[in-house]
Amino acid sequence: MLTAVAIAVDGLGFAAWLFLSSVGLTLIYGVMRILNIAHGGFYALGAYSSAWAIGLYTQTGSTIALTYLIIPLAALAVGVIAGLLIERGILRFMYGRDEVLMVLVTYAIFLILEDVTKLIWGTGSMVAYQPAYFLGTIEIFGIPYTIYKLCLVGLAIVVGAVLWWGLNRTRIGKLLLVVIEDREISRALGINVTLFFTVTFVIGVTLGALGGAVTAPQISVVPGIGAEIIVMAFAVIVIGGMGSIGGAIIGAIFVGFARALSVHLYPPAELFSIYLVMAVVLAFKPYGLFSLAEGRKI
Amino acid sequence: MRSQLDRTEKLLIVGLPILIALGFILPEWIVNYIQVSLGTGLVALGVMIQMRAGLVSFGQGLYFCIGGYAAGMAGKFLGISDIFLLLACGLIASVTIAFAAGFLLRRYREIFFAMLSLALSMILFGLLSKLEMLGSTDGFNLPSATYLGWAPEGDTAKHALYVATCIPTIICAFLLNRYLRSPMGYIGEALRENEIRLEYLGTSAHRAVHIKYVIAAGVSGIGGVLWALALGHVDPEMTNWTTSGQFVFISILSGTGNIVAPLFGTFILEIVRVYAVELSPNTWQMILGTLMLLTIIFLPRGLWSLIQEKKHAKKSGGEK
Repeated sequence: MLTAVAIAVDGLGFAAWLFLSSVGLTLIYGVMRILNIAHGGFYALGAYSSAWAIGLYTQTGSTIALTYLIIPLAALAVGVIAGLLIERGILRFMYGRDEVLMVLVTYAIFLILEDVTKLIWGTGSMVAYQPAYFLGTIEIFGIPYTIYKLCLVGLAIVVGAVLWWGLNRTRIGKLLLVVIEDREISRALGINVTLFFTVTFVIGVTLGALGGAVTAPQISVVPGIGAEIIVMAFAVIVIGGMGSIGGAIIGAIFVGFARALSVHLYPPAELFSIYLVMAVVLAFKPYGLFSLAEGRKI
Repeated sequence: MRSQLDRTEKLLIVGLPILIALGFILPEWIVNYIQVSLGTGLVALGVMIQMRAGLVSFGQGLYFCIGGYAAGMAGKFLGISDIFLLLACGLIASVTIAFAAGFLLRRYREIFFAMLSLALSMILFGLLSKLEMLGSTDGFNLPSATYLGWAPEGDTAKHALYVATCIPTIICAFLLNRYLRSPMGYIGEALRENEIRLEYLGTSAHRAVHIKYVIAAGVSGIGGVLWALALGHVDPEMTNWTTSGQFVFISILSGTGNIVAPLFGTFILEIVRVYAVELSPNTWQMILGTLMLLTIIFLPRGLWSLIQEKKHAKKSGGEK
């Protein structure tokens, strides 16, 4: 019983974290058909910048409560600066090229970003535990949990809801859905596809950075976290079907619970259980668990 | 036609004694780098022949690792140290697994091929990182190689291993060149251009991909054995996706034009890395990334196309 509760709560926590860290990836793929390896780099940038900003802020000795504002702001700053630079500076020259080539391009960007973080913040580790520590812990069936972690579940739900609402209930979102459906037709209809691409990319990068930014208080931020998260995020978006927000939710829950199960029942399986789920899903339903069959365009 | 040696094969045959001779002339540290880069160069070759068919494997480290671990485990548990047996172990292990995985992978193209190969390699990474019997993330050491009962020591051992690395590498490159010139090899290029037309011509695209995949895995496995012997150590990083990414990087940089290109590419990269890491350790990946972007944008067929273009220009008076 105790283990079951622990698995449920941990699974939910993992799922929320995975969703926050991978939803930007699926958004960018869905709209731009770019499988963005650089997403891992944005995650790392977000983690570093939030840890750094929190560190600077707490040195002033002011109230901790404001750090919860610093976290999203740091992510937004990364999203706007890095997102615009990369989309306007590199990616826009590549649109219309092969999907595989875009993977390689974003891989190159990922390598560059890895060193950018090292150049800005050095190779040491950074810790910004204050926001997570400040909220304290809560006991669920006698097991203590940090409230911060539970807040992330709330944040994930909010982000998911806002994205869903934005896509399905606003004019811009509906136009975006048209762009996803068919780029050429939407251009012919007079939709500014280029602008949509830029904005989507910035939002996607911001979300990736947000994933890193909210994680930073829970871990010690070290070089290499970007390379770790990107395969995890791949697994998440592949399982649910690449390019769909709903798919990312399902994938995150799947992977989150797979990981929680293995952590509690058979710890050595923790790492490979995720990739195993990913490979099995890819093997049998390569377009995601709940995707519809798509006609082949010759 | 087929029995004749083409230019690349002549180069390889002439190159082998030169390569071996260099091992005795050049300073030891360069020889070490040559040896290491011959091992990884073979894996890059494996990536490159798949890239010819438009398939980007982001998990070639899988077979690199399987080769290395197969040899390592044969040494650790069975006490085998004979290089021929170790090579056979690595080859058999990687080919067997690739044959099985091939049934799955041959159905996929483009990013799905890339993602599935990545997932497979990461499964092994996750497994090996936790397997304490095999040293988990630290890996374990390999025995020093013997040659049909001959167990050299000191400098002789180094030279012997160097020669024993050069010969299989050149043989692999030679055979791969043959493969690419064979009908089966050309099918790979047709595959990249138009798979449906290929099927209309009466060939199975699935079978062609499968064969290519297994060949690439075999070469990578041998590369893994040679690399592991050169370093005397294996660890799970061999199958991490960042390692696989480096192989992809080499293939992009050197291009798919010629078998020799990835081998040279690996060596040059290895040397550049030594200096770059020493001069400014934190910008090494940035240099790599920038190089890769520039190559993709300005030299889509890799550095080798520079050499080719010159030749073409001479032949046809400037026309590509």
